[in-house]
Amino acid sequence: MTEATRTGQMLAADGTPLKRSLQRALRAQKLRALMLIAPLLLFIMVTFVAPIADMLFRSVENQIVSDTLPRTAQAIRDWDHNSGEPPSDDVLAAFTIDMIAAVERKQHTRLGTRLNYEQNGLSSLFRKTGRGVGDIGETYRDQFAALDPAWTDPGTWIALFADPSWQADHDAWEAARTAARSAGRPFAEPVPPFRLKDGMAGVLPETADAYLDFARAVQGNRNGDPAARAPWPPVYLALYRDLTAVGVGRIATLDEAAQALLDPAHYAVRGFERADLAALYAGIDRAWSQTTVWATIQTFSARYTPGYFLTAVDLKQTPDGITSQPADQKIYIMLFERTLVMSLTIMGACVLLGYPIAFLLANLPMRTSNLLLILVLLPFWTSLLVRTSAWKVLLQQQGVINDILVWIGIVDNAGRLILINNQTGTIIAMTHILLPFMILPLYSVMKTIPPSYVRAAKSLGATNWTAFWRVYFPQSVPGIGAGCILVFILAIGYYITPELVGGTSGTFISNRIAYHISSSLNWGLAAALGTILLGVVLALYWTYDRLVGIDKVNLG
Amino acid sequence: MSQMDLPPYATPGQRLWHYTFKLICGLIFFFLIAPILVIIPLSFNALDFFTFTPGMLAFDPEAYSLKHYRDFFNSPDWQQALANSIRIAPSATILSVVLGTLAAVGLSQDHVPFRRTIMAILISPMIVPLIISAAGMYFFYARIGLQGTYLGVVLAHAALGIPFVIITVTATLVGFDRSLTRASASLGAGPLRTFFKVQMPLILPGVISGGLFAFITSFDEVVVVLFVGSANQKTLPWQMFIGLREQISPTILAVATVLVAVSILLLTAVELLRRRSERLRGLSPG
Repeated sequence: MTEATRTGQMLAADGTPLKRSLQRALRAQKLRALMLIAPLLLFIMVTFVAPIADMLFRSVENQIVSDTLPRTAQAIRDWDHNSGEPPSDDVLAAFTIDMIAAVERKQHTRLGTRLNYEQNGLSSLFRKTGRGVGDIGETYRDQFAALDPAWTDPGTWIALFADPSWQADHDAWEAARTAARSAGRPFAEPVPPFRLKDGMAGVLPETADAYLDFARAVQGNRNGDPAARAPWPPVYLALYRDLTAVGVGRIATLDEAAQALLDPAHYAVRGFERADLAALYAGIDRAWSQTTVWATIQTFSARYTPGYFLTAVDLKQTPDGITSQPADQKIYIMLFERTLVMSLTIMGACVLLGYPIAFLLANLPMRTSNLLLILVLLPFWTSLLVRTSAWKVLLQQQGVINDILVWIGIVDNAGRLILINNQTGTIIAMTHILLPFMILPLYSVMKTIPPSYVRAAKSLGATNWTAFWRVYFPQSVPGIGAGCILVFILAIGYYITPELVGGTSGTFISNRIAYHISSSLNWGLAAALGTILLGVVLALYWTYDRLVGIDKVNLG
Repeated sequence: MSQMDLPPYATPGQRLWHYTFKLICGLIFFFLIAPILVIIPLSFNALDFFTFTPGMLAFDPEAYSLKHYRDFFNSPDWQQALANSIRIAPSATILSVVLGTLAAVGLSQDHVPFRRTIMAILISPMIVPLIISAAGMYFFYARIGLQGTYLGVVLAHAALGIPFVIITVTATLVGFDRSLTRASASLGAGPLRTFFKVQMPLILPGVISGGLFAFITSFDEVVVVLFVGSANQKTLPWQMFIGLREQISPTILAVATVLVAVSILLLTAVELLRRRSERLRGLSPG
């Protein structure tokens, strides 16, 4: 007997236990298979799965509000919209800085467009406010200027807020520019990125924050030079607010030049005439003195929102919770229903037309059926646009079908049928386009049904109909199921054909998605509608995979 | 005797039903094929109409012309679209065939972990509605700078074509006799040599028909190219779509006829390949 029987385990030729040796071989085999699959899997992940994930993300993403109005989003959090009072001066001051920065960066119109999806009129309100917000804080600027004209000098602000190392970089940059200009050379060197002086944020927090935003926005906007411009009036508002709040001790921590500038200002602000921010905003637009606009901003200042999904099912997120959309804006449930009903109609038509053909093909001698199969495969291989354009031509009121009907005398010349740009057009064209997808799976199932069963039924006395209905039909049901799911999945997401022959009444949810991507630019809503549609299709895909096996799709 | 033949003892009722059934089937075949065939004569219309003119019905040679074909070949718009289609489709096809064949060979091995999941992911581009793929790709490709580039369109089309390559090549590999590769290995051939000299020639029909499917997918595709491409990447289907949506011109019928000819060629190729493949696997093509 060999060693194997003594130790109780089998050994491979190289002396390792057979079990381990086999496991190693298996692992190598698995690894090799995965290495072959990996490039494609990676490719699909990047080119296909990542885009779908991006779309899912966009359906809830809402960073534009908190990115454009970061201070407001923070400050408005504790405001109670049910109080009936507009938000406090703190919120209004934060909003002023956010808004002027957004105007400088030209982002306030985008924000207005975004919020307009939630409340009509906000787009124009933000544009209007963008024009007026630069004046808020002028009262304070004038009073600071009267106190010391140095406050309107950009240099004063640079000396106060810019980091000394940045000032040195900036001086060097300016020298280089002067040299280039005098030599007549073009000069495209950017201004060194602005850096805030250490410690300023501790003493004058709002002003430092606002000035930093000012400097960055000026630099970002066609590479302007913050040292060449006095700050926006709203920065003076921040300075006023800081100086009324800060203690003398804090100012004493700064250098002497700063103290010399800030001490008299700190003393003087107590006597400044106060600007009523609420009144100023009411002067720009009365909407600002009501709570609704502020409540909308508050509701949508979160970074993620269910708002798009709610819109996609005709609901609406309001400050007081979820409510139903006004009746004239309820279109999405209706569109989903129409997509569903029309897809089911098309599926039904495909079963009715496809079943006889598949039955015929499966029961004819192979030579004839292969020939007739060509008639099914040719439309399958013909360009979708060719088939759609054929239907567009045929179904026109002056087209071939109407001409024939008039010629036969079924309809008179004045009563030509309207077959296109409505639901009829979409159903006819899509049934034609999707019919091969019904016939092919049906045919492949029917081919496997042994003819002897029907013969046996007949020999036992069944009529033709009974033999078909009780014996043949039940065996063909898997084919009907497979074909139906396939046709339904394809129909529910169709875009091209409904767009071209559907007019307004025969369009699907996918046409609305395309509209939101390319015309209304409401990408979030497009993504939410797409996500819902994708969910339905994936559920069907999963069912199909369970029933048929996705790798067994017959392509003719 | 085939199932469809009428037995000599059939009753008149059965006879009637038999012929009615054949008539119904004939009508359905007519519904399938007539719309495609009818545009062919219409594309030779000498006038800018979309129906048969009295002259055409009387077979008057004057009523027929190649006018719309001349328009197609002389219009810079159509020619640019044709050039783009010819440029994009083969690149996308090559990409999907190479990656898809490798992966299909990998998937057909005996022990593949997560086989079902991987398969589902690889087939998903065929199942996800095109408008959703297009929307996702539009958003994502715009982020990474591929939107409006040839590369973006080629990558997107390759992704859409891959399921067809996977399906056809895996189907051919099902009938593949594994002892052939073992024999090749035992005779001293390396894995690469075995693949190219033994496996590849046998699965070639499947690879080619997968490639043809991938080609027609890209060549026909319009939704994704509308979003991922820009006017510079407009393909034939794009141009047709725009033409059909805005002002429909009879040139479209000429283009459609050309495309029907292309699809007949492709269909013939796929049919011949399928029969060859079935013969190789010992199945009777009938």
